[in-house]
Amino acid sequence: MKFSLRTLFTQGLAGQSGWPEQWRSPEPRAAYDVIIVGGGGHGLATAYYLAAELGVRNVAVLEKGWLGGGNTGRNTTIIRSNYLWDESAAIYDHAVKLWEGLAQELNYNVMYSPRGVMMLAHTIHDQQVFKRHVHANRLNGIDNEWLTPEQAQAFCPPLNIGKNVRYPITGAALQRRGGTARHDAVAWGYARGASTRGVDIIQNCEVTGIERNVAGAVTGVTTTRGRIGAQKVGVVAAGHTSVLMAMAGVRMPLESFPLQALVSEPVKPVFPCVVMSNTIHAYISQSDKGELVIGAGTDAYTSYSQTGALHIAEHTLDAICEMFPMFRRMRMLRNWGGIVDVTPDRSPIIGHTPVPGLFVNCGWGTGGFKATPGSGHVFAHTIAHDRPHPIAAPFTLERFTTGRLIDEAAAAAVAH
Amino acid sequence: MLIIPCPYCGARPENEFRYAGEAHIARPADPEALSDAAWADFLYMRTNPKGRHAERWRHVHGCGRFFNCVRDTVTDRIERTYPAGTAP
Ligand SMILES: Cc1cc2nc3c(=O)[nH]c(=O)nc-3n(C[C@H](O)[C@H](O)[C@H](O)COP(=O)(O)OP(=O)(O)OC[C@H]3O[C@@H](n4cnc5c(N)ncnc54)[C@H](O)[C@@H]3O)c2cc1C
Ligand SMILES: [Zn+2]
Repeated sequence: MKFSLRTLFTQGLAGQSGWPEQWRSPEPRAAYDVIIVGGGGHGLATAYYLAAELGVRNVAVLEKGWLGGGNTGRNTTIIRSNYLWDESAAIYDHAVKLWEGLAQELNYNVMYSPRGVMMLAHTIHDQQVFKRHVHANRLNGIDNEWLTPEQAQAFCPPLNIGKNVRYPITGAALQRRGGTARHDAVAWGYARGASTRGVDIIQNCEVTGIERNVAGAVTGVTTTRGRIGAQKVGVVAAGHTSVLMAMAGVRMPLESFPLQALVSEPVKPVFPCVVMSNTIHAYISQSDKGELVIGAGTDAYTSYSQTGALHIAEHTLDAICEMFPMFRRMRMLRNWGGIVDVTPDRSPIIGHTPVPGLFVNCGWGTGGFKATPGSGHVFAHTIAHDRPHPIAAPFTLERFTTGRLIDEAAAAAVAH
Repeated sequence: MLIIPCPYCGARPENEFRYAGEAHIARPADPEALSDAAWADFLYMRTNPKGRHAERWRHVHGCGRFFNCVRDTVTDRIERTYPAGTAP
């Protein structure tokens, strides 16, 4: 059923009881052309573009839990494309352009809200790094501008630009096209779009092994719901990528860390934009429900525990209270963790693997939500044509052997 | 916060320590002789297991020494710690 003013109105009169399920939940077939492992935003977007743009419809998405139950449903939803290098600018801005039309394309309200993302500088080093980013971005046609502390406060009135704090604000870089979107809706919208075009979405189906023939090529996967054959398998499993790739004997340049976020009690609209501070490790926005959405840093050590340590959240709240003194008496309602897959150069890995038929899309680490549409789009092309999409080409696994790393440590910094 | 038993100082809170990655990755004795793939493996590839993990920690705000630790990455429970340079 198409969402429109008319269907909303008639459903309203019918007590919202007539909405059909948004995607089918079929039993797995014996085999598919393509299996996507991981029903997060990136996996679902890949399946959607395979079916919608490339005519590859004999596709299944296998998810061990529920759709978006991984990092997709756990992130703080910051979207921006102000990364340093040309390769990154290309992929993140490809995503931002897709975000702009996504609700229309999917006929699903993903609540993309380009309210502006402001990154605070507190030191000379911050200023130099951010100004370098501003210039590099503008050369790539990506909006980013430098603000004085006064201009930063005018854009975000709750901001404390006083000098009597440990890390006074010395300026800020603002990307006005940056913003937020609703994470669950992104997963659900892509799932609905993929399912209508024939993709089987199979939840509660954990992949436990990757099958290969004598030539070493992929022939299918074993799962908690039986064996499923496939010509091509795309692993899009974020923090669990190393575990899955080990099933095919492939070692990955990844480490999995817990990254946490927390939300406050809901209040009236008080916070107009997204503010991030890499130096003092905090980022914040306000959801449409009114909660302050606050992101903290990663734990120091690798873990699959899906909870972050309390002292990490405490450190972030210290920073939030210093930057925004009016939030000092807010109460936090919930906190949670996700497991993020971090690469040595903080850039993603997209493309082929040494195993024929096995593809991987991972390494988005602390900041891949923003890339969801772009990532799915270029990965779908890579799988369908069996060669990297031009935007994905620099992000192959081979870069760790050739040495052509894409160092985005400054842009990815803490998290987000 | 983890409570980490430093082999030299005893049990201390995690924020006295710095994590230093997977343990038992020795720098190749003769880098010149290494293939690019072997070099990439040494520099970048990590086991990143879900389960038992041998890792290095350094007691930066204590004795200052490196040591090894076996921890379960699902429960975060520490099995044991032992001096750097000794077998797991
Ligand atoms: C607290 C936090 C805050 C963040 N904030 C931001 C932000 O503000 N902006 C931003 O851009 N990014 C942010 N990120 C990062 C972002 O969430 C991720 O990069 C992105 O969502 C990854 O999407 P994905 O679809 O690849 O992974 P996921 O959504 O994690 O999907 C992977 C799926 O694979 C499934 N899976 C794993 N193993 C198996 C198996 N064996 N069989 C079947 N299925 C399996 C998992 O259950 C999971 O659903 C944040 C992350 C966290 C944790
Ligand atoms: Zn010690």
